[in-house]
Amino acid sequence: METVFAMNDSDEIVKEFVVESYENLDRLDRDLIALEKNPNDREILASVFRTIHTIKGTSGFLAFDKLGAVAHVGENLLGRLRDGQLALDREITTALLAMVDAVRQMLASIESAGVEGDRDDSALIANLTRLQRGSEAPAKTEAPAPLKAAAAAAGVEVDERTAAIGKAPTPQVEAAKPVVPAPPRETAATTTQSDTGEAQRAQQPGRGQSSGVSVSDGTIRLDVGLLDQLMNLVGELVLARNQVLQFANSTEDGGLLATSQRLNLITSELQEGVMKTRMQPIGNIWSKLPRTVRDLALACGKRVRVEMEGKETELDKTLIEAIKDPLTHIVRNSVDHGIESPEIREAAGKNPEGCLSLRAFHEGGQVNIEIADDGAGLDQDRIRSKAVQKGLITTDQVARLSDREIVNLVFLPGFSTAEKVTNVSGRGVGMDVVKTHIEKIGGMVELQSRPGRGVLVRMKIPLTLAIIPALTVTSAGERYAVPQVSLLELVRVENGANRQGIEMIHGAPVYRLRGRLLPLVYLNRELGAAGATPNPAENVSANFAVNIVVLEAEGRPFGLVVDEINDTQEIVVKPLSKHLKNITVYAGATIMGDGKVALILDVVGLAARGGILAEGREHAAAQAAEAAEKGAGAKQKLVLFTGRAGAQMAVPLQLLARLENIPGEQVERAGNQWVTQYRGQILPLIRVSHAMEERRRAPGGDVLTLPTTDMLQVLVLESEQKSFGLVVNQILDIVESALEPQSPATRAGVLYSAVVAERVTELLDVPSLLRAGESYEPAEFQPTERRDLNADRLNADRAES
Amino acid sequence: MSTAHQFCTFYLNHLLFGVESLKIQEVVTHREMRPVPLAAPAVSGLMNLRGQVVVVLELRRQLEMPDRPADVLPVCLVVRAAEGTVCLLADEVGNVVEVEDDTFEPSPETLSARLRSVILGVHKLEGQLMHVLDTERACEVQAAGKGQTSGA
Repeated sequence: METVFAMNDSDEIVKEFVVESYENLDRLDRDLIALEKNPNDREILASVFRTIHTIKGTSGFLAFDKLGAVAHVGENLLGRLRDGQLALDREITTALLAMVDAVRQMLASIESAGVEGDRDDSALIANLTRLQRGSEAPAKTEAPAPLKAAAAAAGVEVDERTAAIGKAPTPQVEAAKPVVPAPPRETAATTTQSDTGEAQRAQQPGRGQSSGVSVSDGTIRLDVGLLDQLMNLVGELVLARNQVLQFANSTEDGGLLATSQRLNLITSELQEGVMKTRMQPIGNIWSKLPRTVRDLALACGKRVRVEMEGKETELDKTLIEAIKDPLTHIVRNSVDHGIESPEIREAAGKNPEGCLSLRAFHEGGQVNIEIADDGAGLDQDRIRSKAVQKGLITTDQVARLSDREIVNLVFLPGFSTAEKVTNVSGRGVGMDVVKTHIEKIGGMVELQSRPGRGVLVRMKIPLTLAIIPALTVTSAGERYAVPQVSLLELVRVENGANRQGIEMIHGAPVYRLRGRLLPLVYLNRELGAAGATPNPAENVSANFAVNIVVLEAEGRPFGLVVDEINDTQEIVVKPLSKHLKNITVYAGATIMGDGKVALILDVVGLAARGGILAEGREHAAAQAAEAAEKGAGAKQKLVLFTGRAGAQMAVPLQLLARLENIPGEQVERAGNQWVTQYRGQILPLIRVSHAMEERRRAPGGDVLTLPTTDMLQVLVLESEQKSFGLVVNQILDIVESALEPQSPATRAGVLYSAVVAERVTELLDVPSLLRAGESYEPAEFQPTERRDLNADRLNADRAES
Repeated sequence: MSTAHQFCTFYLNHLLFGVESLKIQEVVTHREMRPVPLAAPAVSGLMNLRGQVVVVLELRRQLEMPDRPADVLPVCLVVRAAEGTVCLLADEVGNVVEVEDDTFEPSPETLSARLRSVILGVHKLEGQLMHVLDTERACEVQAAGKGQTSGA
């Protein structure tokens, strides 16, 4: 396993070639021995010939020069044997076996180092060539002068070989040719200098095989069906584990508890392991794209360069298969429609060579794939007129659409702007198919276009389909699971205490979430559950809390109002039978820890049913436009909050595990740290204003007043596999912003300052905060003087580190 | 020429029904079910059958019969259908009977078209008629209309 992952993933084909060739070579050994005993067995001869021929062909394709050269002369000799022009004798057999050995050594070297190695097989080649010519020139008797013949012969042979590669019918060879680094002539040239010693060296046992387990020994081929079965079993195990855990937690038996914890651990690891067996790097499908792009660019008279980033990003095999076609389609679209011809590009002041960049990365339990071109972008007027012309939308409707909506019209079925139908695109099947395919596997696709600067297609794909983390909620007494990938946050609105409750826009309930209106969908109502309030307005007036699960469907946030929010857990997705498939609000079913069945909600389906996808568009478009204005720099999602004295600070969202309100009385002291009990663990708390105390503090400033009865706003951060809570004054917002360091840090614990949301914001250096937090002592029970000392010591510590 | 068939019998609204015993995977007692809002009326819910999520259909609704009285606990016939395993709810299970082809008669024309597609015909047993159910048809469900709510 290790070896496989250690190797460069682009060597996938090479690896396959090595494994396959080894299998063939083993057979070759047996065949040759059998052949020696029975030289006239044409069938075995043909089989041997085929094997060597295959190796020759593939090595030519993969630009393994020396391997190809050896296999080629071997093939020539075998060809003559097969045609009956030569009879197999001991000498020929020995030479052929030597050739097999040489091939084996080169394979070993390819396997371990990726190259054939610095070797010289000219003597072997010469010998084989001499034997091949045996019948024409009685070379055997001219033993004293083989060198000269060998040199000449080798030269000839090598030339033939290059010719053979050039002639080979497969077009891939052409592509591979320029990569061939060493001119084959060199091999011939060295022949005269290196002579007898080389033959022996060639027969030495493989040099490359000494280190570790080789690919062919360390891998086995497996039926995907078996892996699927394993995955299913692991799914069942996860369910059983959940049940056992639930059972164990309700008993007092320590032994059972310990065992179940262990079971929990092992199951998680097993699940991870089995999942890994199904993971494949996305480079596997990307590797075919440069050629697609090249051919297409040639056909369209364009020049396109392909850039790839994140080839090693892994995702489930079934998902890899599922995104292959959509990906190819988008790439073809980009080359055909997006990137302009070199003349137009030059006229526009761009590099005549267009650039298509592919990017893949993991974020938030999903795989993000971005395909960007630097072409002309989408022509909105043309999209408008095409959509109207094709009757997909009326003129009135078009006039009301926002830019973002216009761009997304290309996802409508039957839409294509290509003026003429080419073999590349323009048949009107396309982006809608891409969209359906991606959505079928629980992913989403969106498109951004900047006129004159290109198009960015972004796909978000779940890592795996079988086991997903989900939030369980209760509605009308029944539990539902919400896939965590669409979950943004949870909000609890206490209607009585908080004036900012749920408001109505002409009967449509909304909630003000950090200044933005969040449309609400009532799960009870959407599901028509018994006892659901037909009019949510009654709920508003009633004085009880409302739980809002903030979800995102197709990039639009909305709030799902549920009766109760339970907990998060890993669930195994079970497909629904055909009887229920047509109900779009369910994505599947699962079995909960108590053995009961719960339905998994389909967030997109739910949003569509609740009318969110029609209503929320403009809102989302406005947000997108706002984000686009902020420029094209590297964007990062940030959590904004205020520290002491209202200074705005930020930490990257990816470090944030949760936002919590922790009552002051739940804060406890452990050793020299403030901690709180959090989800069964002890969470150290660090007060942001204290941890980054300035050297010159305002006199009498409150350093640390953690144990208050107020609610503490806490960011639960994860860094270096440790969790800790950062106590802040006020959590402001989550924003996506291009970060440009404006000024260097003025104090420890800060990376740099930048302008975010029109305010100077300090970006915190979380790891250093964590270290600082570990080293300081809680100070408020100590006299003021000591406090200052402590703070100074802390600063001194920091300065040292 | 007549061949013998084994039928697993059950009662629905005091009528005797039969399903080819080879189609029946097992018969389980009634257990807790998870209702599915928005599903067709005949879908009673989902059931956990040893880790498998199985859809439960109410045969009474499928056969346009009045709902089962609340005090009668149904039994679940687990049937292997083309669409996978389906659980059918019946009032009570009967015996396994063996019948010959020659006691069979197709459903009369007086039965509604929908029912005739589900009830293939009857076997004339001693003293009563056994309705032969087409399991595939019995496991089919008309698509639920939008906004239609389940009575579950």
